[in-house]
Amino acid sequence: MYTQLAWRNIWRNPRRTLIILTAIFIGVASMIFLASLMRGMMEGMVDNAIDNLTGHIRIRHPDFRNDPSVENRIPDPDSLIKEIKPLLPGGARIVERILVDGVINTSRENAGVIMVGIEPEKEKNCSFIGDAPLEGQFFSDDDKNGIVIGRALLEKLGTRINRKVVLMSQRADGEIASRAFRIRGVYRSQMSDTEKTFVFVPLHTARKMLMLGEDATEIGITLPGDRMADTDLSPLTESLSERLTDRVVVVEDWRQMLPAMNAYLEMFDAFLYIWYLVVFVAMGFGIVNTVLMAVYERMREFGLLKALGMRPIRIFWMVLRETLFLLAVGMGMGNLVALVGIHLLSGTGIDLTAFAKGVEMWGISRVILPVVTAGDFLTANLTVLILGLVVGIYPAIKAARFTPVETMRHV
Amino acid sequence: MDDFFIAWRNVWRNPRRSILTMLAVAFSAMLLVFMLSFQFGSYEDMINASVKLNTGHLQVQANGYIDKKEMRKVVPDPGAVIAALEKLPGITGISPRGEAFALASGAGRTRGVMVMGVDPDREKGVSILPGQIRKGEYLKKGDHNVAVIGTLLAQRLHVGIGDELTLLGQARDGSVAATIVTIKGIYRAGIDAFDRSTLQMPFIDFDEVFAMEGAAHSVVVAADRLRTAGRIGKTARALPALAGLSVLGWEELMPGLKQSIQMDLVSGIIMYLILIIVVAFSILNTFLMAIFERTREFGVLMAIGTRPGRLVRMMLTESMLMTSMGLGLGILLGAGITLFFSVYGIDLGGAGEMLAEFGIEGRLYPRLSFISLFSGPLLVLVITFFTALYPALRIPGLKLVEALRAV
Repeated sequence: MYTQLAWRNIWRNPRRTLIILTAIFIGVASMIFLASLMRGMMEGMVDNAIDNLTGHIRIRHPDFRNDPSVENRIPDPDSLIKEIKPLLPGGARIVERILVDGVINTSRENAGVIMVGIEPEKEKNCSFIGDAPLEGQFFSDDDKNGIVIGRALLEKLGTRINRKVVLMSQRADGEIASRAFRIRGVYRSQMSDTEKTFVFVPLHTARKMLMLGEDATEIGITLPGDRMADTDLSPLTESLSERLTDRVVVVEDWRQMLPAMNAYLEMFDAFLYIWYLVVFVAMGFGIVNTVLMAVYERMREFGLLKALGMRPIRIFWMVLRETLFLLAVGMGMGNLVALVGIHLLSGTGIDLTAFAKGVEMWGISRVILPVVTAGDFLTANLTVLILGLVVGIYPAIKAARFTPVETMRHV
Repeated sequence: MDDFFIAWRNVWRNPRRSILTMLAVAFSAMLLVFMLSFQFGSYEDMINASVKLNTGHLQVQANGYIDKKEMRKVVPDPGAVIAALEKLPGITGISPRGEAFALASGAGRTRGVMVMGVDPDREKGVSILPGQIRKGEYLKKGDHNVAVIGTLLAQRLHVGIGDELTLLGQARDGSVAATIVTIKGIYRAGIDAFDRSTLQMPFIDFDEVFAMEGAAHSVVVAADRLRTAGRIGKTARALPALAGLSVLGWEELMPGLKQSIQMDLVSGIIMYLILIIVVAFSILNTFLMAIFERTREFGVLMAIGTRPGRLVRMMLTESMLMTSMGLGLGILLGAGITLFFSVYGIDLGGAGEMLAEFGIEGRLYPRLSFISLFSGPLLVLVITFFTALYPALRIPGLKLVEALRAV
């Protein structure tokens, strides 16, 4: 019965109720909607970074990070891969790569690049280069001097497919190696900086050129599945490290490779929850005021109810229930609108091409797709519900305290 | 005038309700002041970090150099450009530079580096880098065959003070440029990407090694304030000595930065608007209640001859009084919090590392400015005004007889 009373009481003043409902609904909808957009941006950032040859897990020589030269390489990578393969989930892709700094020369220009020796077939579904849009073609298995560069680099050097370039880098014995390559293909990527930096050559050519035998500078592992931004890879990396304790390598997941980004993601979570609080406080004032007004309007009524014998605690619960209904309806509408909006947006996403250069600077994708996590959703709703009930306590107590004598005198 | 006092007293007829309304407005105002100060403070920090380290406020370059950094695109007579610019007010430093890409070989390591030819005396006026030397000394006029490099680059190349570096690159005329330099100083730039990849040598040496024939790739200009740089740029473009050359401001020199700032600003504005709208709806009820409670009162007042317009104005005055007091409180609180943090800074922890790559320290300092202090509250004022308008405009529509009979 009290539930019915509470519900009907709200609608006694429809305009007032509708107005506060609008406040709650806009607040909740914006919380969820904004959260999904920002999370989408974060995921995009992480995906870009991982895709950008970082991979999910990377195995390298411990000194390579501070001193990225071929001196710090992994001997006998093939046997290492055999050892760890059983530890990885099905669908994981493992590749060997050689990554070194180098300089690319044409007759007119030169530029600093990172030379990457790869096996193109293995890179498919593994890193961005495996699936990048390509003009021309990749080098075949027996191609000894093919090279694939980015479109931005092609333009910078002022050259074309099928022309020659010279790559210089430092070999294992410390001397400078230089070798001529022919441009077989031109790739495109999300960021023009990537296109200007990475040049790809056949793995075996890199090995010969730099006198590396059968070695590699890194082993990259890409794991199946999405939502990598949320998954904790440390159990896997630990088990891999244990397996490889007799080798001079270090196993890192992307969070360890990009600690700054990791910290940024965590900061972002905190920021989002603070934002929720802020929006709630903005709503909160309205909720308190509205329920308070409703209570004061019905002062006589409460006094009468008390005179008739209704216990104060029941009055308290009745008013609190009114607040609950306000919150519930507002949240319901807010959630609905937010989810519909997200659904509509998940087709095309938000296009940031107008801010292309800025977006590149931070490594965000150009198109943001919203991402709804259960966590964000729940937190938003719980914040509003719990805090809403907490602020609703004040008017409810007021209502329960009216004595018949003091209220009867009021109009 | 009496209406004003009546409005004031009306506000306090229901103290609790009025205070809640004021607090709602104060809260949003305070938040806006703080957040905007924070945003603008970080923007300025980011811009200044790059400007003061490397790009300067303006640069004079050959047309098209910014898009494609070819050795051949030069400023042929930097001396004339400098002489012309020196006459302009508001400029605190002018320095010519040459830039070339080269391979640097140290004791067993080789890397590609960006070689910068700088004027040792003038460079101090446009960049803080000369002051960032951690080991050894910066370049001096008259030095030959020496260079200064970044800490991270020194680490990568396994070299220190006194070691030699071989530089191998391409000169302006396409021939091979080669030289050996001794490391005189090592700096900590603050922007990691810069620190890892640059080397500075005296302009005279650069000129010789890279066959520049006295030309420079850019003339860097420092202004006394970020704001005046735009105006100086305009004046500079008109100078005859600069005909055929481009004058670029920081926005063109760092388009990525400008756009990230724009992006951040836009998303910030969207969030603030949502917040203000929520607050507006929150207090709409207060304003409405204030009218409906007093319907009888309005009826009586109109019956004795008060014009509806006067009542509308009185209602608006009441609403605006509450709003203004709320805004005043909010501005004070917001300014207080901002000032507190502008001294102590906000620690970003690990995320600070990511920003350190861009030259911003790990602590962010919000900065109070005219815009950050007043634009947020102004927006709140405008939106609240319209919120108050809706209920107030219902007064003229009241039917006198019904109003008198209301409870």
